[in-house]
Amino acid sequence: MRELLWSGFAARSRERSARILPLDVTGLCYAVNATRIIDAVNLQIDGNGCTAIMGYNGAGKSVLLRLLHGLLEPTGGNITWAVDPDTAARQRAMVFQNPVMLRRSVEANIRYALVQRGYPRALVQQRLNAIVEETNLLALRERPAAVLSGGERQRVALARALAPEPELVFLDEPTASLDPAATIAIEDILQRAKIAGRKLVLVTQSIGQAERLADDVVFLHHGAVTEHTPIGEFLDRPRSRAGAAFVAGRLLT
Amino acid sequence: MTDLFYAFAEAAALIARCDPGLIEIVALSLRVSLSAVVIGTVLGMPLGAAIAIARFRGRGFLIVCVNALMGLPPVVVGLLVYLQLSSSGPLGVLQLLYTPAAMIIAQTILVTPIVVALTRQFVEDANRTYDEELRSLGVRGARKLATLLVEVRYSLITVVFAGFGRAIAEVGAVMIVGGNIHHVTRVMTTAITLETSKGNLGLALALGIVLMLLALLVNGLATTVARFAPGTAYA
Repeated sequence: MRELLWSGFAARSRERSARILPLDVTGLCYAVNATRIIDAVNLQIDGNGCTAIMGYNGAGKSVLLRLLHGLLEPTGGNITWAVDPDTAARQRAMVFQNPVMLRRSVEANIRYALVQRGYPRALVQQRLNAIVEETNLLALRERPAAVLSGGERQRVALARALAPEPELVFLDEPTASLDPAATIAIEDILQRAKIAGRKLVLVTQSIGQAERLADDVVFLHHGAVTEHTPIGEFLDRPRSRAGAAFVAGRLLT
Repeated sequence: MTDLFYAFAEAAALIARCDPGLIEIVALSLRVSLSAVVIGTVLGMPLGAAIAIARFRGRGFLIVCVNALMGLPPVVVGLLVYLQLSSSGPLGVLQLLYTPAAMIIAQTILVTPIVVALTRQFVEDANRTYDEELRSLGVRGARKLATLLVEVRYSLITVVFAGFGRAIAEVGAVMIVGGNIHHVTRVMTTAITLETSKGNLGLALALGIVLMLLALLVNGLATTVARFAPGTAYA
């Protein structure tokens, strides 16, 4: 009973905290030497669901994600959250294409993220149990995380990102090197995270994955956003030439 | 040649019957060197990790200096510590000269740069792998430092052994600040020096053999740990 009361309290206090979205990006630039990798990007990311960032290799998708998450310092432009930058940073998580596991058990990896994000101490164990089950890691929870297979590591990375219940999760091609079964497992977890109210921003090369998960698509070409369109429209009638070529599976120079 | 044979025989006999004089010297050696390694580790590891992840002016110069200090000559350290601790020196009132404490101080000065330099290298290499993931989790400062030290813990075992090897094998510093006083500050290396010059080759050789066995043991442990630990990647 006491635990129930506690979790109810925690959930309410979390809901009460101000939302960090919408995210407003204006004139965002990132250049290395004279090369502009991100070129004057304007973008608004809002509400729930999943936004896919798509584009050819080298379009700047991963760099854009790192800029938004604050891992890279922009060389120009503004990234504005609905709340102050520190609060916004605490409400974000990121899953990398090749996640780095701490050399400790699966469970200890997830616990580390919970403690780091200041999750209420009394609720850590309860949340840990829940997320381990949601990400299908029950059988692996005592195993050393660093020696797991690619698909298992990616599930641990997801569990670590989702455990502190962030408002926004960035995902950088989380299924890029996974087999179909592992990919489905990841997508299932992402679907459930969406239902639970997490906002997902997903970099993907797979049109099929975008169709299954995304609500809208940001298409990036040579570091610039050529369109930001609802997924149905993007697949049927892409507005930009580059987006149309991508959907049609053509090469564009 | 026969001298060497008799020396070996005597050494074997001394070791076999656990000669009290021999045990006393070995015990003091271990006490002094292990203390120096513990202090050097406690000081050196956080310092090395801090240099590895911090960015500040003069960092490159500091790293060059620390790396150079790994080759600090023990006699020079002995002399510097002697000047501080001698009765006319600034720390003379402590009356530490010719005590095991003075030897621990001198060996700590020898061990710490090794611990700092090697820890710095390991943590900096690890940080290249972990940096984005940890920053993504909002890990900074002291917590990042502690996390990285825990992550490279198997490499750090090798660092401790390297420091211990340096301390247990040096003779110059402990000779100067310890004075090689019988029953007080006589350790393996200073005893070997003395017994050899007295022509007491049996005891000298016995101590030499114990010293080399210890070195072998330490290196064997380091190699075993380094070979098996990263594979399990877990503790």
